[in-house]
Amino acid sequence: MYADLIHFFTTHWLGQAIVILAECLAVTVPLLVAVAYMTYADRKIWASIQLRRGPNVVGPFGLLQPFADGLKLLLKETIVPSSANTVLFLIAPMITFMTALISWAVVPFSDGWVIANINVGILYLFAISSLGVYGIIIAGWASNSKYAFLGALRSAAQMVSYEVSIGFVLVTVLLCVGSLNLSKVVLAQAGWFWNWYWLPLLPMFVIFFISALAETNRTPFDLPMSEAELVQGFQTEYSSMPFALFFLGEYANMILLSAMGSVLFLGGWMSPIPYAPFTYIPGVVWFALKIASLLFVFSWTKGTLPRYRYDQLMRLGWKVFLPISLGWLVLTAAVLQFGGLVPGK
Amino acid sequence: MLLQALAFYLFAFVTIAAGAMVVASRNPVYSVLFLILAFFNAAALFLLIGAEFVAMILVIVYVGAVAVLFLFVVMMLDIKVAELREGFLKYAPIGSLIGIVLLAEILLALGVFGGGSPTIATLNQAGAHVGSVENTRAIGRVLYTQYFFLFQSAGVVLLVAMIGAIVLTLRRRPGVRRQRVAEQLYRPKDQAIAVVKVPTRGGVS
Repeated sequence: MYADLIHFFTTHWLGQAIVILAECLAVTVPLLVAVAYMTYADRKIWASIQLRRGPNVVGPFGLLQPFADGLKLLLKETIVPSSANTVLFLIAPMITFMTALISWAVVPFSDGWVIANINVGILYLFAISSLGVYGIIIAGWASNSKYAFLGALRSAAQMVSYEVSIGFVLVTVLLCVGSLNLSKVVLAQAGWFWNWYWLPLLPMFVIFFISALAETNRTPFDLPMSEAELVQGFQTEYSSMPFALFFLGEYANMILLSAMGSVLFLGGWMSPIPYAPFTYIPGVVWFALKIASLLFVFSWTKGTLPRYRYDQLMRLGWKVFLPISLGWLVLTAAVLQFGGLVPGK
Repeated sequence: MLLQALAFYLFAFVTIAAGAMVVASRNPVYSVLFLILAFFNAAALFLLIGAEFVAMILVIVYVGAVAVLFLFVVMMLDIKVAELREGFLKYAPIGSLIGIVLLAEILLALGVFGGGSPTIATLNQAGAHVGSVENTRAIGRVLYTQYFFLFQSAGVVLLVAMIGAIVLTLRRRPGVRRQRVAEQLYRPKDQAIAVVKVPTRGGVS
Protein backbone atom coordinates (compact mmCIF):
# COMPACT_ATOMS: atom_id res chain seq x y z
CA MET A 1 0.00 0.00 0.00
CA TYR A 2 2.65 2.46 1.14
CA ALA A 3 5.02 1.39 -1.61
CA ASP A 4 2.17 1.75 -4.10
CA LEU A 5 1.62 5.33 -3.02
CA ILE A 6 5.29 6.18 -3.39
CA HIS A 7 5.28 4.52 -6.79
CA PHE A 8 2.22 6.56 -7.82
CA PHE A 9 3.68 9.89 -6.73
CA THR A 10 7.12 9.33 -8.24
CA THR A 11 6.36 7.68 -11.57
CA HIS A 12 2.76 8.20 -12.66
CA TRP A 13 2.22 11.50 -14.50
CA LEU A 14 -0.86 12.35 -12.44
CA GLY A 15 1.02 11.72 -9.19
CA GLN A 16 3.91 13.86 -10.37
CA ALA A 17 1.51 16.63 -11.32
CA ILE A 18 -0.06 16.49 -7.84
CA VAL A 19 3.38 16.66 -6.23
CA ILE A 20 4.37 19.68 -8.34
CA LEU A 21 1.09 21.42 -7.51
CA ALA A 22 1.57 20.73 -3.81
CA GLU A 23 5.13 22.09 -3.96
CA CYS A 24 3.93 25.29 -5.63
CA LEU A 25 1.23 25.75 -2.99
CA ALA A 26 3.72 25.02 -0.20
CA VAL A 27 5.82 27.95 -1.43
CA THR A 28 3.07 30.34 -2.51
CA VAL A 29 0.79 30.21 0.51
CA PRO A 30 3.49 30.97 3.14
CA LEU A 31 4.84 33.62 0.78
CA LEU A 32 1.49 35.39 0.60
CA VAL A 33 1.11 35.22 4.38
CA ALA A 34 4.65 36.62 4.65
CA VAL A 35 3.67 39.44 2.29
CA ALA A 36 0.63 40.22 4.43
CA TYR A 37 2.71 40.38 7.59
CA MET A 38 5.47 42.28 5.80
CA THR A 39 2.99 45.12 5.23
CA TYR A 40 2.08 44.96 8.92
CA ALA A 41 5.73 44.91 10.01
CA ASP A 42 6.49 47.77 7.64
CA ARG A 43 3.78 49.94 9.16
CA LYS A 44 4.78 49.05 12.71
CA ILE A 45 8.43 49.87 12.02
CA TRP A 46 7.64 53.25 10.44
CA ALA A 47 5.31 53.94 13.33
CA SER A 48 8.08 53.24 15.84
CA ILE A 49 10.50 55.43 13.90
CA GLN A 50 7.96 58.26 13.95
CA LEU A 51 6.99 57.64 17.62
CA ARG A 52 3.50 56.42 16.73
CA ARG A 53 1.76 53.16 17.51
CA GLY A 54 0.85 51.94 14.05
CA PRO A 55 -2.06 49.57 13.39
CA ASN A 56 -3.37 48.37 16.75
CA VAL A 57 -7.15 48.13 16.44
CA VAL A 58 -8.00 45.05 14.36
CA GLY A 59 -7.17 41.95 16.39
CA PRO A 60 -4.57 41.74 19.18
CA PHE A 61 -1.78 44.31 18.51
CA GLY A 62 -3.47 44.97 15.17
CA LEU A 63 -2.30 41.58 13.91
CA LEU A 64 -5.38 41.07 11.75
CA GLN A 65 -4.96 44.43 10.02
CA PRO A 66 -3.41 43.01 6.78
CA PHE A 67 -6.37 40.65 6.34
CA ALA A 68 -8.85 43.44 6.96
CA ASP A 69 -7.06 45.51 4.32
CA GLY A 70 -7.05 42.61 1.88
CA LEU A 71 -10.75 41.97 2.39
CA LYS A 72 -11.50 45.64 1.90
CA LEU A 73 -9.61 45.71 -1.41
CA LEU A 74 -11.41 42.55 -2.51
CA LEU A 75 -14.83 44.07 -1.89
CA LYS A 76 -14.20 47.40 -3.60
CA GLU A 77 -15.32 48.08 -7.13
CA THR A 78 -12.78 47.60 -9.93
CA ILE A 79 -12.71 50.86 -11.85
CA VAL A 80 -11.34 50.85 -15.38
CA PRO A 81 -10.96 54.37 -16.84
CA SER A 82 -13.12 54.77 -19.94
CA SER A 83 -10.18 55.83 -22.13
CA ALA A 84 -7.88 53.10 -20.86
CA ASN A 85 -6.87 50.06 -22.86
CA THR A 86 -8.92 47.55 -20.89
CA VAL A 87 -7.07 44.34 -21.76
CA LEU A 88 -3.58 45.68 -21.11
CA PHE A 89 -4.83 47.63 -18.09
CA LEU A 90 -5.91 44.39 -16.44
CA ILE A 91 -2.99 42.27 -17.67
CA ALA A 92 -0.34 44.60 -16.21
CA PRO A 93 -0.95 43.86 -12.49
CA MET A 94 -1.15 40.16 -13.29
CA ILE A 95 2.30 40.31 -14.92
CA THR A 96 3.77 42.07 -11.88
CA PHE A 97 2.23 39.57 -9.50
CA MET A 98 3.14 36.53 -11.57
CA THR A 99 6.78 37.49 -12.13
CA ALA A 100 7.09 38.10 -8.40
CA LEU A 101 5.83 34.59 -7.68
CA ILE A 102 7.53 32.44 -10.35
CA SER A 103 11.02 33.48 -9.28
CA TRP A 104 10.53 31.52 -6.07
CA ALA A 105 10.72 28.27 -8.03
CA VAL A 106 14.52 28.27 -7.85
CA VAL A 107 15.09 29.69 -4.36
CA PRO A 108 16.61 27.04 -2.06
CA PHE A 109 14.90 27.22 1.35
CA SER A 110 17.09 24.55 2.89
CA ASP A 111 19.40 21.77 1.75
CA GLY A 112 17.43 20.18 -1.09
CA TRP A 113 14.29 22.21 -0.37
CA VAL A 114 13.83 23.75 -3.77
CA ILE A 115 11.13 23.24 -6.39
CA ALA A 116 13.42 23.40 -9.42
CA ASN A 117 17.10 22.84 -8.71
CA ILE A 118 18.22 24.10 -12.12
CA ASN A 119 21.80 24.74 -13.13
CA VAL A 120 21.18 28.31 -14.24
CA GLY A 121 19.34 29.45 -11.10
CA ILE A 122 21.07 32.82 -10.85
CA LEU A 123 20.39 33.59 -14.50
CA TYR A 124 16.76 32.53 -14.06
CA LEU A 125 16.32 34.93 -11.14
CA PHE A 126 17.97 37.71 -13.10
CA ALA A 127 15.84 37.01 -16.18
CA ILE A 128 12.57 36.98 -14.25
CA SER A 129 13.44 40.08 -12.25
CA SER A 130 14.13 41.89 -15.52
CA LEU A 131 10.58 41.01 -16.62
CA GLY A 132 9.03 42.85 -13.67
CA VAL A 133 9.43 46.14 -15.49
CA TYR A 134 6.81 45.12 -18.08
CA GLY A 135 3.97 45.11 -15.61
CA ILE A 136 4.80 48.66 -14.66
CA ILE A 137 5.42 50.07 -18.12
CA ILE A 138 2.29 48.41 -19.56
CA ALA A 139 0.24 49.72 -16.63
CA GLY A 140 1.54 53.23 -17.26
CA TRP A 141 0.73 53.14 -20.94
CA ALA A 142 -2.63 51.38 -20.69
CA SER A 143 -3.95 53.77 -18.02
CA ASN A 144 -3.90 56.60 -20.58
CA SER A 145 -3.03 59.12 -17.89
CA LYS A 146 -0.13 61.55 -17.67
CA TYR A 147 0.79 60.70 -14.10
CA ALA A 148 0.72 56.98 -14.73
CA PHE A 149 2.79 57.30 -17.90
CA LEU A 150 5.44 59.53 -16.32
CA GLY A 151 5.68 57.16 -13.38
CA ALA A 152 6.06 54.17 -15.68
CA LEU A 153 8.80 55.86 -17.73
CA ARG A 154 10.73 56.75 -14.60
CA SER A 155 10.35 53.26 -13.24
CA ALA A 156 11.45 51.59 -16.47
CA ALA A 157 14.56 53.75 -16.80
CA GLN A 158 15.42 53.21 -13.14
CA MET A 159 14.98 49.44 -13.18
CA VAL A 160 16.96 48.99 -16.39
CA SER A 161 19.82 51.10 -15.00
CA TYR A 162 20.11 49.30 -11.69
CA GLU A 163 19.79 45.87 -13.28
CA VAL A 164 23.19 46.48 -14.85
CA SER A 165 24.95 46.75 -11.51
CA ILE A 166 22.95 43.84 -10.07
CA GLY A 167 24.13 41.82 -13.06
CA PHE A 168 27.78 42.57 -12.27
CA VAL A 169 27.23 41.69 -8.62
CA LEU A 170 25.76 38.34 -9.66
CA VAL A 171 28.68 37.68 -12.01
CA THR A 172 31.15 38.40 -9.20
CA VAL A 173 29.41 35.94 -6.89
CA LEU A 174 29.24 33.24 -9.52
CA LEU A 175 32.97 33.71 -10.23
CA CYS A 176 33.63 32.90 -6.57
CA VAL A 177 31.27 29.91 -6.63
CA GLY A 178 32.04 28.49 -10.05
CA SER A 179 28.42 27.53 -10.62
CA LEU A 180 25.11 29.18 -11.47
CA ASN A 181 23.16 26.79 -9.26
CA LEU A 182 21.75 28.58 -6.21
CA SER A 183 22.13 25.56 -3.91
CA LYS A 184 25.81 25.39 -4.84
CA VAL A 185 26.12 29.12 -4.15
CA VAL A 186 24.95 28.45 -0.60
CA LEU A 187 27.10 25.33 -0.16
CA ALA A 188 30.17 27.27 -1.30
CA GLN A 189 29.71 29.59 1.71
CA ALA A 190 29.77 26.78 4.29
CA GLY A 191 31.36 27.48 7.67
CA TRP A 192 31.45 30.38 10.09
CA PHE A 193 29.53 33.52 9.29
CA TRP A 194 32.68 35.33 8.20
CA ASN A 195 33.02 32.76 5.40
CA TRP A 196 29.80 34.03 3.86
CA TYR A 197 30.33 36.31 0.90
CA TRP A 198 29.15 39.46 2.64
CA LEU A 199 32.63 39.96 4.10
CA PRO A 200 34.94 39.15 1.16
CA LEU A 201 32.57 40.91 -1.25
CA LEU A 202 31.42 43.66 1.11
CA PRO A 203 31.27 46.49 -1.49
CA MET A 204 29.22 44.25 -3.76
CA PHE A 205 26.82 43.46 -0.92
CA VAL A 206 26.27 47.17 -0.32
CA ILE A 207 25.78 47.82 -4.04
CA PHE A 208 23.40 44.87 -4.27
CA PHE A 209 21.28 46.12 -1.41
CA ILE A 210 21.03 49.68 -2.70
CA SER A 211 20.25 48.41 -6.20
CA ALA A 212 17.58 46.17 -4.67
CA LEU A 213 15.97 49.28 -3.17
CA ALA A 214 15.99 50.87 -6.61
CA GLU A 215 14.68 47.71 -8.30
CA THR A 216 11.69 47.53 -5.99
CA ASN A 217 10.97 51.27 -6.25
CA ARG A 218 11.40 51.76 -2.51
CA THR A 219 12.47 54.90 -0.72
CA PRO A 220 14.89 56.63 -1.28
CA PHE A 221 14.31 55.62 -4.92
CA ASP A 222 10.51 55.69 -4.99
CA LEU A 223 10.37 58.34 -7.73
CA PRO A 224 8.00 56.31 -9.93
CA MET A 225 5.27 56.85 -7.36
CA SER A 226 6.43 59.96 -5.61
CA GLU A 227 3.13 61.19 -4.26
CA ALA A 228 4.06 64.85 -4.23
CA GLU A 229 4.57 65.01 -7.99
CA LEU A 230 2.85 62.03 -9.61
CA VAL A 231 -0.11 61.22 -7.31
CA GLN A 232 0.72 57.48 -7.15
CA GLY A 233 2.70 57.05 -10.38
CA PHE A 234 1.75 54.06 -12.50
CA GLN A 235 -0.76 52.93 -9.86
CA THR A 236 -2.79 56.15 -10.05
CA GLU A 237 -5.72 54.69 -12.01
CA TYR A 238 -5.81 51.34 -10.22
CA SER A 239 -8.29 50.34 -7.56
CA SER A 240 -9.54 47.24 -5.82
CA MET A 241 -8.06 43.86 -6.87
CA PRO A 242 -5.73 45.10 -9.65
CA PHE A 243 -4.22 47.51 -7.12
CA ALA A 244 -3.96 44.69 -4.59
CA LEU A 245 -2.09 42.57 -7.15
CA PHE A 246 0.42 45.40 -7.70
CA PHE A 247 0.79 45.81 -3.98
CA LEU A 248 1.30 42.09 -3.35
CA GLY A 249 3.69 41.85 -6.28
CA GLU A 250 5.79 44.71 -4.95
CA TYR A 251 6.12 43.22 -1.50
CA ALA A 252 6.74 39.73 -2.90
CA ASN A 253 9.52 41.29 -5.00
CA MET A 254 11.04 42.87 -1.91
CA ILE A 255 11.01 39.54 -0.11
CA LEU A 256 12.49 37.91 -3.20
CA LEU A 257 15.37 40.37 -3.41
CA SER A 258 16.02 39.88 0.31
CA ALA A 259 16.05 36.13 -0.30
CA MET A 260 18.48 36.67 -3.16
CA GLY A 261 20.66 38.77 -0.88
CA SER A 262 20.63 36.05 1.78
CA VAL A 263 21.46 33.31 -0.72
CA LEU A 264 24.24 35.24 -2.42
CA PHE A 265 25.84 36.98 0.55
CA LEU A 266 24.48 35.68 3.85
CA GLY A 267 24.91 31.94 3.36
CA GLY A 268 21.29 31.03 2.61
CA TRP A 269 20.12 28.33 5.00
CA MET A 270 23.50 28.00 6.77
CA SER A 271 23.71 28.57 10.50
CA PRO A 272 26.12 31.38 11.41
CA ILE A 273 28.00 29.13 13.84
CA PRO A 274 28.57 25.68 12.34
CA TYR A 275 28.42 23.81 15.70
CA ALA A 276 25.98 21.65 17.59
CA PRO A 277 23.15 23.64 19.18
CA PHE A 278 22.91 26.01 16.26
CA THR A 279 22.94 23.38 13.54
CA TYR A 280 19.90 21.67 15.13
CA ILE A 281 17.77 24.63 14.10
CA PRO A 282 16.34 23.83 10.65
CA GLY A 283 17.90 25.72 7.74
CA VAL A 284 14.61 27.23 6.70
CA VAL A 285 14.45 29.11 10.04
CA TRP A 286 17.90 30.65 9.50
CA PHE A 287 16.91 31.54 5.96
CA ALA A 288 13.71 33.23 7.15
CA LEU A 289 15.63 35.12 9.84
CA LYS A 290 18.14 36.41 7.29
CA ILE A 291 15.35 37.49 4.94
CA ALA A 292 13.55 39.20 7.82
CA SER A 293 16.64 41.13 8.88
CA LEU A 294 17.22 42.39 5.33
CA LEU A 295 13.54 43.35 5.11
CA PHE A 296 13.92 45.27 8.35
CA VAL A 297 16.63 47.36 6.70
CA PHE A 298 14.21 47.99 3.79
CA SER A 299 11.64 49.43 6.21
CA TRP A 300 14.27 51.26 8.22
CA THR A 301 15.56 53.05 5.09
CA LYS A 302 12.02 53.96 4.13
CA GLY A 303 11.41 55.49 7.54
CA THR A 304 14.71 57.36 7.58
CA LEU A 305 15.86 58.64 4.20
CA PRO A 306 14.41 61.39 2.02
CA ARG A 307 13.78 60.81 -1.67
CA TYR A 308 16.56 61.14 -4.26
CA ARG A 309 16.39 63.59 -7.13
CA TYR A 310 15.99 61.82 -10.47
CA ASP A 311 19.28 62.97 -12.01
CA GLN A 312 21.10 61.97 -8.82
CA LEU A 313 19.51 58.54 -9.05
CA MET A 314 20.75 58.09 -12.61
CA ARG A 315 24.18 59.42 -11.70
CA LEU A 316 24.44 56.95 -8.83
CA GLY A 317 23.46 54.04 -11.05
CA TRP A 318 25.59 54.74 -14.10
CA LYS A 319 28.53 56.78 -12.82
CA VAL A 320 29.10 55.27 -9.38
CA PHE A 321 27.75 51.73 -9.15
CA LEU A 322 28.59 50.61 -12.68
CA PRO A 323 32.33 51.51 -12.51
CA ILE A 324 32.70 50.22 -8.96
CA SER A 325 31.01 46.90 -9.66
CA LEU A 326 32.89 46.47 -12.93
CA GLY A 327 36.19 47.25 -11.21
CA TRP A 328 35.45 44.89 -8.34
CA LEU A 329 34.53 42.18 -10.84
CA VAL A 330 37.92 42.52 -12.57
CA LEU A 331 39.66 42.60 -9.19
CA THR A 332 37.85 39.44 -8.04
CA ALA A 333 38.70 37.67 -11.27
CA ALA A 334 42.36 38.68 -10.93
CA VAL A 335 42.56 37.57 -7.29
CA LEU A 336 40.94 34.24 -8.10
CA GLN A 337 43.19 33.65 -11.11
CA PHE A 338 46.54 34.73 -9.66
CA GLY A 339 45.79 33.53 -6.15
CA GLY A 340 45.08 30.07 -7.51
CA LEU A 341 41.58 30.16 -6.01
CA VAL A 342 39.56 29.47 -9.15
CA PRO A 343 36.74 27.12 -8.08
CA GLY A 344 36.07 23.86 -9.87
CA LYS A 345 39.54 23.46 -11.36
CA MET B 1 7.86 12.32 -24.28
CA LEU B 2 4.25 13.05 -25.21
CA LEU B 3 4.23 15.99 -22.83
CA GLN B 4 7.44 17.30 -24.35
CA ALA B 5 6.04 17.04 -27.86
CA LEU B 6 2.88 18.86 -26.79
CA ALA B 7 4.95 21.59 -25.17
CA PHE B 8 7.05 21.93 -28.32
CA TYR B 9 4.02 22.36 -30.56
CA LEU B 10 2.44 24.82 -28.13
CA PHE B 11 5.55 27.01 -27.92
CA ALA B 12 6.27 26.73 -31.64
CA PHE B 13 2.70 27.66 -32.54
CA VAL B 14 2.67 30.65 -30.17
CA THR B 15 6.07 31.82 -31.49
CA ILE B 16 4.89 31.78 -35.09
CA ALA B 17 1.48 33.25 -34.30
CA ALA B 18 3.06 36.05 -32.24
CA GLY B 19 5.58 36.68 -35.03
CA ALA B 20 2.74 37.02 -37.52
CA MET B 21 0.90 39.37 -35.18
CA VAL B 22 3.99 41.59 -34.90
CA VAL B 23 3.57 42.35 -38.59
CA ALA B 24 -0.21 42.24 -38.73
CA SER B 25 -1.33 44.20 -35.67
CA ARG B 26 -2.43 47.77 -36.22
CA ASN B 27 -1.08 49.29 -33.05
CA PRO B 28 2.74 49.43 -32.86
CA VAL B 29 2.65 48.97 -29.07
CA TYR B 30 0.83 45.68 -29.61
CA SER B 31 3.48 44.75 -32.17
CA VAL B 32 6.24 45.17 -29.59
CA LEU B 33 4.29 43.21 -27.01
CA PHE B 34 3.77 40.37 -29.51
CA LEU B 35 7.49 40.52 -30.29
CA ILE B 36 8.19 40.03 -26.59
CA LEU B 37 5.82 37.05 -26.55
CA ALA B 38 7.68 35.59 -29.53
CA PHE B 39 11.07 36.05 -27.79
CA PHE B 40 9.73 34.41 -24.70
CA ASN B 41 8.42 31.36 -26.52
CA ALA B 42 11.67 31.05 -28.45
CA ALA B 43 13.44 30.93 -25.08
CA ALA B 44 11.06 28.17 -24.01
CA LEU B 45 11.93 26.24 -27.19
CA PHE B 46 15.63 26.55 -26.31
CA LEU B 47 14.82 25.17 -22.87
CA LEU B 48 13.09 22.15 -24.44
CA ILE B 49 16.24 21.15 -26.33
CA GLY B 50 18.27 21.57 -23.14
CA ALA B 51 20.01 24.82 -24.06
CA GLU B 52 19.22 26.42 -20.69
CA PHE B 53 22.00 29.02 -20.81
CA VAL B 54 21.00 30.33 -24.23
CA ALA B 55 17.35 30.42 -23.14
CA MET B 56 18.11 32.53 -20.07
CA ILE B 57 20.42 34.87 -21.99
CA LEU B 58 17.71 35.32 -24.62
CA VAL B 59 15.25 36.39 -21.94
CA ILE B 60 17.73 38.64 -20.12
CA VAL B 61 19.13 40.41 -23.18
CA TYR B 62 16.21 40.58 -25.60
CA VAL B 63 13.17 40.56 -23.35
CA GLY B 64 14.73 42.30 -20.35
CA ALA B 65 16.73 44.98 -22.09
CA VAL B 66 16.27 45.38 -25.86
CA ALA B 67 12.49 45.03 -25.95
CA VAL B 68 12.10 47.42 -23.00
CA LEU B 69 13.88 50.10 -25.02
CA PHE B 70 11.71 49.28 -28.06
CA LEU B 71 8.58 49.63 -25.97
CA PHE B 72 9.92 52.82 -24.46
CA VAL B 73 10.47 54.42 -27.86
CA VAL B 74 7.26 53.15 -29.45
CA MET B 75 5.14 54.36 -26.54
CA MET B 76 6.67 57.83 -26.77
CA LEU B 77 6.06 58.16 -30.50
CA ASP B 78 2.87 59.80 -31.67
CA ILE B 79 2.00 57.42 -34.50
CA LYS B 80 -0.99 57.69 -36.77
CA VAL B 81 -2.18 54.13 -37.29
CA ALA B 82 -3.70 54.83 -40.74
CA GLU B 83 -0.45 56.21 -42.17
CA LEU B 84 1.39 53.09 -41.05
CA ARG B 85 -0.87 50.85 -43.12
CA GLU B 86 -0.10 52.70 -46.35
CA GLY B 87 3.55 51.69 -46.36
CA PHE B 88 2.73 48.03 -45.83
CA LEU B 89 2.52 46.91 -49.47
CA LYS B 90 5.45 49.10 -50.50
CA TYR B 91 7.82 47.39 -48.07
CA ALA B 92 6.39 43.88 -48.42
CA PRO B 93 8.75 42.81 -51.29
CA ILE B 94 11.88 43.97 -49.43
CA GLY B 95 10.71 42.27 -46.24
CA SER B 96 10.00 38.98 -47.95
CA LEU B 97 13.36 39.16 -49.77
CA ILE B 98 15.17 39.49 -46.43
CA GLY B 99 13.10 36.61 -45.08
CA ILE B 100 14.02 34.38 -48.04
CA VAL B 101 17.73 35.22 -47.66
CA LEU B 102 17.61 34.32 -43.95
CA LEU B 103 15.79 31.06 -44.67
CA ALA B 104 18.37 30.18 -47.36
CA GLU B 105 21.18 30.88 -44.88
CA ILE B 106 19.64 28.57 -42.29
CA LEU B 107 19.19 25.82 -44.88
CA LEU B 108 22.78 26.32 -46.06
CA ALA B 109 24.07 26.08 -42.52
CA LEU B 110 22.15 22.85 -42.01
CA GLY B 111 23.70 21.40 -45.19
CA VAL B 112 20.44 20.93 -47.08
CA PHE B 113 22.08 21.96 -50.39
CA GLY B 114 24.78 19.32 -49.95
CA GLY B 115 28.46 19.83 -49.21
CA GLY B 116 28.13 18.88 -45.53
CA SER B 117 27.28 21.23 -42.73
CA PRO B 118 29.97 23.35 -41.09
CA THR B 119 27.54 24.27 -38.33
CA ILE B 120 26.77 20.72 -37.38
CA ALA B 121 30.49 19.91 -37.36
CA THR B 122 31.01 22.80 -34.92
CA LEU B 123 28.10 21.65 -32.82
CA ASN B 124 29.57 18.18 -32.60
CA GLN B 125 32.87 19.70 -31.58
CA ALA B 126 31.11 21.58 -28.81
CA GLY B 127 29.18 18.45 -27.96
CA ALA B 128 32.45 16.64 -27.33
CA HIS B 129 33.00 19.05 -24.46
CA VAL B 130 29.51 18.58 -23.04
CA GLY B 131 29.05 15.01 -21.84
CA SER B 132 28.58 15.29 -18.09
CA VAL B 133 29.56 18.98 -17.96
CA GLU B 134 26.78 21.49 -17.50
CA ASN B 135 25.60 23.60 -20.40
CA THR B 136 27.09 26.94 -19.30
CA ARG B 137 30.54 25.46 -18.71
CA ALA B 138 30.54 23.74 -22.10
CA ILE B 139 29.71 26.99 -23.91
CA GLY B 140 32.34 28.85 -21.90
CA ARG B 141 35.02 26.29 -22.78
CA VAL B 142 34.43 26.66 -26.50
CA LEU B 143 33.84 30.40 -26.45
CA TYR B 144 36.92 31.32 -24.42
CA THR B 145 39.38 28.96 -26.12
CA GLN B 146 38.58 28.18 -29.72
CA TYR B 147 36.59 31.32 -30.55
CA PHE B 148 38.35 33.65 -28.15
CA PHE B 149 39.43 36.24 -30.74
CA LEU B 150 36.09 36.23 -32.52
CA PHE B 151 34.36 36.69 -29.17
CA GLN B 152 36.63 39.55 -28.19
CA SER B 153 36.26 41.28 -31.55
CA ALA B 154 32.48 40.99 -31.28
CA GLY B 155 32.79 42.80 -27.96
CA VAL B 156 34.98 45.51 -29.53
CA VAL B 157 32.46 45.98 -32.37
CA LEU B 158 29.67 46.47 -29.83
CA LEU B 159 31.81 48.93 -27.85
CA VAL B 160 32.51 50.94 -31.01
CA ALA B 161 28.79 50.96 -31.83
CA MET B 162 28.00 52.22 -28.34
CA ILE B 163 30.60 54.98 -28.49
CA GLY B 164 29.32 55.91 -31.95
CA ALA B 165 25.76 56.26 -30.65
CA ILE B 166 26.96 58.43 -27.76
CA VAL B 167 29.02 60.66 -30.08
CA LEU B 168 26.04 61.10 -32.42
CA THR B 169 23.65 62.13 -29.69
CA LEU B 170 25.98 64.15 -27.47
CA ARG B 171 25.16 67.83 -27.45
CA ARG B 172 27.32 70.31 -25.64
CA ARG B 173 25.15 73.08 -24.32
CA PRO B 174 26.91 76.10 -22.92
CA GLY B 175 25.85 77.61 -19.65
CA VAL B 176 24.60 74.42 -18.01
CA ARG B 177 25.20 74.39 -14.28
CA ARG B 178 26.13 70.91 -13.20
CA GLN B 179 26.14 69.46 -9.76
CA ARG B 180 29.70 68.61 -8.75
CA VAL B 181 29.25 66.04 -6.06
CA ALA B 182 32.94 65.70 -5.20
CA GLU B 183 33.23 69.46 -4.64
CA GLN B 184 30.17 69.44 -2.44
CA LEU B 185 31.49 66.57 -0.38
CA TYR B 186 34.95 68.07 0.09
CA ARG B 187 33.62 71.45 1.19
CA PRO B 188 35.08 72.15 4.63
CA LYS B 189 32.89 72.90 7.60
CA ASP B 190 33.80 76.58 7.94
CA GLN B 191 32.57 77.25 4.39
CA ALA B 192 29.33 75.42 4.83
CA ILE B 193 28.19 76.36 8.31
CA ALA B 194 28.17 79.77 9.93
CA VAL B 195 27.34 80.14 13.59
CA VAL B 196 25.51 83.44 13.96
CA LYS B 197 24.47 85.17 17.12
CA VAL B 198 21.08 86.57 16.18
CA PRO B 199 19.79 89.51 18.18
CA THR B 200 16.13 89.33 19.17
CA ARG B 201 13.91 90.85 16.47
CA GLY B 202 17.07 91.52 14.46
CA GLY B 203 17.01 88.61 12.02
CA VAL B 204 19.91 87.38 9.92
CA SER B 205 21.14 89.70 7.20
